[in-house]
Amino acid sequence: MNPGRLPSIALAVVLLSVVVPARAATIEITMENLVISPAEMSAKVGDTIEWINKDVFAHTATAKNGDFDVNLPPKKSATFVLKKPGMVDYYCRYHPNMKASLKVEP
Amino acid sequence: MFIRWSAAIAAAVLLSSPALLQGASAADKPTDPQIAHIAYTAGVIDINAAKQALKKAKSKDVKAFAEDMVRDHEAVNQQALALVKKLNITPEDNDTSRALSKQASDKLAELEKLSGAAFDKAYVANEVAYHKAVNGALETQLIPSASNAELKSLLQTGLKIFQGHEQHAEHVAAELK
Ligand SMILES: [Cu+2]
Repeated sequence: MNPGRLPSIALAVVLLSVVVPARAATIEITMENLVISPAEMSAKVGDTIEWINKDVFAHTATAKNGDFDVNLPPKKSATFVLKKPGMVDYYCRYHPNMKASLKVEP
Repeated sequence: MFIRWSAAIAAAVLLSSPALLQGASAADKPTDPQIAHIAYTAGVIDINAAKQALKKAKSKDVKAFAEDMVRDHEAVNQQALALVKKLNITPEDNDTSRALSKQASDKLAELEKLSGAAFDKAYVANEVAYHKAVNGALETQLIPSASNAELKSLLQTGLKIFQGHEQHAEHVAAELK
């Protein structure tokens, strides 16, 4: 092997290890006045969803398919890392009129 | 004429038919101090019903629902109190508030006689009907009548809370069957 290539492989490895985690994004979704916004959001497997509850009421982000059930106490936020691709509809267990969906791409 | 409007709202709560409210004319408009009193009273009524349920309910789901009602309505009423203080409004008792309170105490007495699964069913059924009626009143009368923008916006939040509770109560009712 050409010894000249070693640094570039090393560089590539370093770059890769920096680039791959940096690709996973944190997506903020707000709950305010009993409205989830944005109500429709696209994300990728590995991304983190951060729900921010701006209300004085407790809410939940509960997936219809059972993928997640995140509690959001008043004025608090909570996160969930997406593990599976697919369309996920979710709602608040306390206020089922609060509805939204996530499109999780592989 | 406010009294006629009050009778309409009381009838609507009784029959849970918000359509009755639409018969009221613009001249029947309650004032902001009266609206604040009605909204606050509506919350207190649901908190009292929930406290009774916390003592009497058998089902875990019904108990959890009652806890949610206490938590949410106390939060709304705290906001309402803070707002009336800020706006320097003194909530004014009125016929609608009195009619609501009277119906609520009758209902508490009626439910007090029940126990076990019969209580759970009756409490949840009343929660569905009560939230439906209050939603109708908020949508067709209280929100359109409110003149202060902050009061209006608090009522709009209250409406979404009540709509959420109505759906939640419907889910709980469906699971009791
Ligand atoms: Cu909620």
